[in-house]
Amino acid sequence: MRIEGKGRIDRSTWYGFTFDGVHYEGHPGDTVASALLAHDVRMVGRSFKYHRPRGILTAGSAEPNALVTVGSGAHASPNERATMVELTPGLQVTSQNRWPSLGFDVLSVNDLAAPFFGAGFYYKTFMWPKAFWEKVYEPAIRRAAGLGALSGVTDPEECEKGFRFCDVLVIGAGPAGLMAAKLAAEAGADVILADEGTEPGGQLTAEVEEIDGMAAHEWAAKLWAELGAMPNVRLMLRTTVTGAYDQGTYGALERLRGHATGHGPRECFWRIAAKRAVLAAGSLERPVAFRDNDRPGIMTAGAVRAYLNRWGVSPGRNVTVFANNDDAHRTARDLVMAGVKVNAVLDARHDAPKSDDFAVIRGAQVCGSHGRKGLDGITYRTASGETTIMTDCLAVSGGWNPTVHLTCHMGGRPVWRDDILAFVPKPGAIPGMVTAGACNGAFSTAACLAEGVAAAKQAVEDLGLTAPDVTLPEAGTEAGGIFPLWAVPGKGRAWLDFQNDVTVKDVKQAATENYQSVEHMKRYTTQGMATDQGKMSSVAALAILADATGRGIPETGTTTFRPPFSPISIGALGAGSKGSGFAPQRYTTSHAATVARNAPMIEAGLWYRPSYFPQAGETTWRQSCDREVGYVRNAVGISDVTTLGKIDIQGPDAAELLDIVYTGLFSTLKVGKVRYGLMLREDGFVMDDGTTARLGENHYVMTTTTAAAGQVMAHLDFVTQVLRPDLDVSVISVTEQWAQFAVAGPKSRPLLEDLLETTLTAEDWPFMSCGPVTVGGVTGRLFRISFSGEQGWEIAVPARYGASLFDALVARAEAMGGGLYGMEALNVLRIEKGFLTHAELHGRTTAFDLGMGRMISAKKDCIGKVMAAREGLVDPGRAQLVGLKPVGEVQQLVSGAHLFREGAKIEPENDQGYVTSVCYSPTLGHSIGLAFLERGPRRYGEKIRMIDRTKGLETLCEVVNPVFFDPEGARARD
Amino acid sequence: MRIPCPICGPRDSREFTYRGAALDRPAPDAGADAWEDYVHLRDNPAGPTLDLWYHHAGCASWLKVSRNTVTHEITGAVLAGAEDKA
Repeated sequence: MRIEGKGRIDRSTWYGFTFDGVHYEGHPGDTVASALLAHDVRMVGRSFKYHRPRGILTAGSAEPNALVTVGSGAHASPNERATMVELTPGLQVTSQNRWPSLGFDVLSVNDLAAPFFGAGFYYKTFMWPKAFWEKVYEPAIRRAAGLGALSGVTDPEECEKGFRFCDVLVIGAGPAGLMAAKLAAEAGADVILADEGTEPGGQLTAEVEEIDGMAAHEWAAKLWAELGAMPNVRLMLRTTVTGAYDQGTYGALERLRGHATGHGPRECFWRIAAKRAVLAAGSLERPVAFRDNDRPGIMTAGAVRAYLNRWGVSPGRNVTVFANNDDAHRTARDLVMAGVKVNAVLDARHDAPKSDDFAVIRGAQVCGSHGRKGLDGITYRTASGETTIMTDCLAVSGGWNPTVHLTCHMGGRPVWRDDILAFVPKPGAIPGMVTAGACNGAFSTAACLAEGVAAAKQAVEDLGLTAPDVTLPEAGTEAGGIFPLWAVPGKGRAWLDFQNDVTVKDVKQAATENYQSVEHMKRYTTQGMATDQGKMSSVAALAILADATGRGIPETGTTTFRPPFSPISIGALGAGSKGSGFAPQRYTTSHAATVARNAPMIEAGLWYRPSYFPQAGETTWRQSCDREVGYVRNAVGISDVTTLGKIDIQGPDAAELLDIVYTGLFSTLKVGKVRYGLMLREDGFVMDDGTTARLGENHYVMTTTTAAAGQVMAHLDFVTQVLRPDLDVSVISVTEQWAQFAVAGPKSRPLLEDLLETTLTAEDWPFMSCGPVTVGGVTGRLFRISFSGEQGWEIAVPARYGASLFDALVARAEAMGGGLYGMEALNVLRIEKGFLTHAELHGRTTAFDLGMGRMISAKKDCIGKVMAAREGLVDPGRAQLVGLKPVGEVQQLVSGAHLFREGAKIEPENDQGYVTSVCYSPTLGHSIGLAFLERGPRRYGEKIRMIDRTKGLETLCEVVNPVFFDPEGARARD
Repeated sequence: MRIPCPICGPRDSREFTYRGAALDRPAPDAGADAWEDYVHLRDNPAGPTLDLWYHHAGCASWLKVSRNTVTHEITGAVLAGAEDKA
């Protein structure tokens, strides 16, 4: 219920929202949790395993229970913490893990069967028959368990990612963080102050106390505003620092629009690089385990106080407090001050302080709770026996756990402190990070303020800055004595991990069954898993494990806390990568003209290349492809080959560089000539191939395959910078600077003569020659090279002239009975000639395998030469390149299929090789393929079975020379 | 993670490609063992290492980066081959 005069919500404005279809209203400043509690909605979900009614346990990001689905349809976001979702107008909230409704849930029968469902139940029960696990048991269990469900459709919401840099990152804007930021900012440091809440102050936002004579939350707001006015401070609210990584890198999730409708990104995932960090993450209150302590209406004492003081909501009308420390007495005090009835404070300590405002019952322990879907009474035990009282809200405090999580993200283990019964960070666990305040075990406000100043002082002095004098504000010093109480002994189920339905008994059972390591206990019981990662339960669970195994808590230790501190949506982590994301698209200068001809484009690395150019009346790609092959074989074809890598190599030692990277000699190449080159990796396998032209004495231009252009460039940089920095040579990629087109076919010469207005005689322009030409007044380059086996040329002009040259070439080719050809035709043309692509140069083939062993020059060293000569790499038994053609009726060849002798059993030991490239050859009128076959070149004429088990295909083939067409090469030299 | 490129300053590690340990290439006649060592065998030190990284999305420099495999600390980066060129 709402309490008049309390809280910092805007009561003049009403926001309507629905929960499970029922309409409610709340105010700006509310969370879904506070708005539901204002309407006395206590039960908000069903538990994971037993489907027990569950309510709201906390008021913050550690909430394990109140997980809801927010939004509907494609916008639905499951497993959102009701305590973190800000109320916005029209919000649709739905409970989870119940069917058909929250009030009546069929699977709550699981709870009656609970005696059978203890730790290890699934492991022990669903063992036999073995095959049933995957098909029957696991799907059924997964359907029954699990909390929220994904919508199943693409999330239309956008997220953002960003990078920030600072001198000092302050994590948490409570008293310690605010003071740390103040000192660092006044020292002149570039400061980022991040807090996951919607207003600054941390725990101060939930408390009634004073700092410097002001209400604590007003003090925090004032300091926040002062910091915001400083040019060297960036403030980030609604920002959870989720992980600490190497070199002072932190991940942080900022909730921007949240679930409000509207424009702009929903969340932003930041990567913050900070020279120093101050962790002031505060602490989390832990519950006490007792019988049926999971009933809606049982909350942490701090949460009850937060709902009252910040949101003006009392979670009950008749509240009881159960604690083992002084701090929880504040809850009773604040409730009484606000006019809410407090039954009593049941304090487990025999020396608990008394109060004039409310009853304190010393030495009392709650040993049971009552009610169906919410709390209506409790039973407590004192030395004089058990008493049952009516109450609709129990505020529980078992003490506070410092939020040490980030300090453990790089392997640091927290340290146990017996005086405060809590783990504190190991100093120096994260390089460059200092911890301060409650996360460091300093629980009083005054101590937090002082530690914040001290931590920031250390950070700025590390950076060489001078720390200014900062006066500490006046604040409370009470920190509250504590008495160890993790679980109240007794019968029944006492819950430790609310999210995973793990009880005290489960942990003890794990210990009994010898899962005594805390990591084993976690995995056996599932304690500490899922969205809250054991924030509310892990310390209590290990305390119980320590007790059950007869060890101390420090010896038992904690499980490993890993990033993220709290859940991050995949959408935020993957921001910028949806669809094509930020992946660049590289277009050739002929792209627009190509797309205008309706050519389907295929990706080649980042480039887009035409697959084929369909014409009217053609219904399959094969028809287009066969026609285009015909252009090249019978007339003239034009193709954009710009995407092949082009590397400009200049300098007195250019020739020596090429001799190092290529197997062949390039220093002997004459100016105006082109040579085919094979490049090896240092391990002796082929890296890439291509042609290199010598344009001048000290000037070469190398081409690479489209796929390997980047790799070859890095390789040349490696050779010139690392292996041979002494060489006087420069290399640079000019792939995009030159537009280059292949002109191929028997009519290519007349086409070019017409275009260049010159004669290109076979004497002046023999096969493998190159030189400058003038095309329409522009100086270009002409290369007489062929990847089709026909008389072929490649003409290159500066890229800005590419589009017009393309048009000029295509118009002429079409007038001569030829035209454009795409990647499919290009592939057919090269397979017909046995030319290689990365289907054959796949990283496991050597020059020897490709029949190019003699291309490794004996006259010089080159990269890969030594290792290519290894015995196993020149073994005649290796699979070597051959051609295949089907025998008899027209049959299909498949790349990726394997080769077997006739009559051999089809098993791996008899595998003789594999097919790498196949096509239908319109020139030859049948299918052809390239393959690697053991001792292949000596087996021409032999029949071999091609088997593809995935497609269920078998074709009898004849082994032939891989050069199917014009083996003498006369056409290219014509 | 950031690498202090001597040319570009500290840059995100995603701009770099890792190659491996910085080793000297053996002479062609160094023998099978030396080549096997160079191409295939790597130490796996716990502590300081010297690795080659390529600043592919930056200045295209090959760098020798000093790194500690235990602490993940990057202690420096120099242009590979710079000493030979000088």
